[in-house]
Amino acid sequence: MGRRVGLEVSLACAEAVGLCNADVVAAYPITPQTHIVEHLSELVAEGHLDAEFVPVESEHSAMSCCIGSSAAGARTFTSTSSQGLALMHEILFIAASLRLPIVMATANRSLSGPISIWNDHSDIMAERDIGWIQTFAENGQEVVDLTLHAFKVAEDKRVCLPVAVNLDGFILTHVIEPIEMPDQEEVDAYLPPFEPSQSLDPANPISMGVVGMPEIYTEAKKANAAALEDSYSVIKEHWEGLAKQFGRTYKPIETYRTDDAEVLFVTMGSLGETVMSAVDQMRDDGIKVGQVRIRLWRPFPLDDFMEAIAGAKTLIVIDRALCPGLPAGPVATELRGMMYAKGAKQYVANFVCGLGGRDVTRSQFIEMVNEAQKAAASGEEMSCRMVGVKE
Amino acid sequence: MISAAEALKDFQKITPKTIPLVEPFSKGHRACQGCGEVLALRMVAKAVGMDMIAVSATGCMEIISSSYQTAWETPWIHVAFENAAAVASGVEAGRKALIRKGRIKDAGAKVVAFAGDGATADIGLQALSGALERGHDFTYICLDNEAYMNTGIQRSSSTPYGAMTTTSPPGPKSKGQMTWKKNMPMIAAAHNVPYVATASPAWHVDLMNKVKKAVTIPGPAYIHIFSPCPTGWRCGPETSIETARLAVQSKVFPLFEVIDGQFILSRDIKKPKPVEEYLKTQRRFSHLKPEDIAYIQKRVDADYERLLKLVQVTAPEA
Repeated sequence: MGRRVGLEVSLACAEAVGLCNADVVAAYPITPQTHIVEHLSELVAEGHLDAEFVPVESEHSAMSCCIGSSAAGARTFTSTSSQGLALMHEILFIAASLRLPIVMATANRSLSGPISIWNDHSDIMAERDIGWIQTFAENGQEVVDLTLHAFKVAEDKRVCLPVAVNLDGFILTHVIEPIEMPDQEEVDAYLPPFEPSQSLDPANPISMGVVGMPEIYTEAKKANAAALEDSYSVIKEHWEGLAKQFGRTYKPIETYRTDDAEVLFVTMGSLGETVMSAVDQMRDDGIKVGQVRIRLWRPFPLDDFMEAIAGAKTLIVIDRALCPGLPAGPVATELRGMMYAKGAKQYVANFVCGLGGRDVTRSQFIEMVNEAQKAAASGEEMSCRMVGVKE
Repeated sequence: MISAAEALKDFQKITPKTIPLVEPFSKGHRACQGCGEVLALRMVAKAVGMDMIAVSATGCMEIISSSYQTAWETPWIHVAFENAAAVASGVEAGRKALIRKGRIKDAGAKVVAFAGDGATADIGLQALSGALERGHDFTYICLDNEAYMNTGIQRSSSTPYGAMTTTSPPGPKSKGQMTWKKNMPMIAAAHNVPYVATASPAWHVDLMNKVKKAVTIPGPAYIHIFSPCPTGWRCGPETSIETARLAVQSKVFPLFEVIDGQFILSRDIKKPKPVEEYLKTQRRFSHLKPEDIAYIQKRVDADYERLLKLVQVTAPEA
């Protein structure tokens, strides 16, 4: 059995990577990811983790170095945030295209400018189409479990894709939470050593990253996209395995008090916990409201999502980033598009909130329900509303 | 870590009779006729041998070697333009960890990164500096053809003064390239890495011995190879080697090594040919006026004098 400890989430994330026996960690420091890589360098320095810690000179080189080490057959981890993720942008696509099982913890933070070190989802929403599996953690325990799960899924020979585990900067990374840390034996039972099907080995030479001429590029992209879509069943399978091994259950879409709910919040990441408390308060007042939380962002679990919202009349989609020039934030834009194709009838209200570390309170969520219900009743076409803007 | 001198104690020199017969880089590539770069690359690969793990930056050599079929007989990876050194450091770090943990055997694989001058002196300089500073055991080969040839002959910071490129065209207000060539070997040497060298395909045995030394010495090594590009330099494909030879003989591209900080001339040019003789072989310099050539001659002489001084001051005390 694991032990229940009070631990800063960043340290717990690093400990989880240590329990996974990563062979290489290549990372560049950026707030609020720093504690994750600081602790990993400590684990290596103290001899608790037998790994190469490569203190690269940029995030671009971090991801490039990860590609090299993963291609050499090593279990590879990195972590970044915000501008660092943006600097990696070019290389993230190539990691997926080379089918390398790199795991990255993304400490979500706003993008410049103006420069801001605080939390929102602008960084990862700019990386939606990189071809990586992407999950969102709501609390410290999820960060640990999703990290173990990330290696398990990434290295599965049916998948062979990189995985990004998203955790909200500061709100999760810098908070001490009670977390059940698994024992080494338990992790070993869940996650065997990485055995790549091919690697850069002079005994068995292969060429990786060859040119995609027009005759082959389309097919290569289709195969890559199909691999991401097909990873869905493996992701679920390894969450089931995680439940068996550690006793904690994970689903692609989580629901909270959705039975008979007319209004549903759709959230991602740590804000979901505040929403749950707002839902509780409104339920006490007899308002039929619930919550749907997207844990698996890529590949998007559309059928699970449609099932979760089936009984609702109105959705309140919370976005933590903007799509300038579009009438909705990134999550609402995507959901509306997918729901339209499914013939869904729900009214979709969209609120952008919590940008650059702005707190979002329980009462603001309650106000969103009032606004959304009013808009839904009048049938007005609703553009996204930014919450709490000082004008 | 052992010193370069110690690592080279039992160094077996390659001679014209013992040039390795292996061809890690072989048939199936689509380089231009007379390409000096692919010739240099083949010599490097022969000197490293079949234990090479090659990392290529985007560029001519990557494109011509990996479309439809691969010309690489040893493991090869290409990721992007500016990151060959970072990818190579990852390959090295990954293998180091796996060897230490007993998961793979240490069969003496050599990690070698290949990049052009743009990928080295411009867009990839940061990644290269980082990898050299961190001390990874790898060899970085800069195949310098003095412009962005793969995209159509645009100037880089390694383009020589006066050269015509598609982004440094000569005209009433321009002499062509208006800046002096960036001195990459000196930049690499400033990282205090155990081995830095310049090489030329016109001295192929010297080139191969430098590569062999680079992969023998533990830690990072940097070799800057002069790589004539007939297409971009506007010279005959049959003149590549002659052009490369003239560059050395005119002191435009001196051949030297820096071993553990000591500068050693590979070839002292006591009777240099005039720079003009080198310049006139290539139409990229055909617009230059006598005063431009005189200016180039002056700076080439000064650069060579400085190199000689470095040889003197870094020589071990007698």
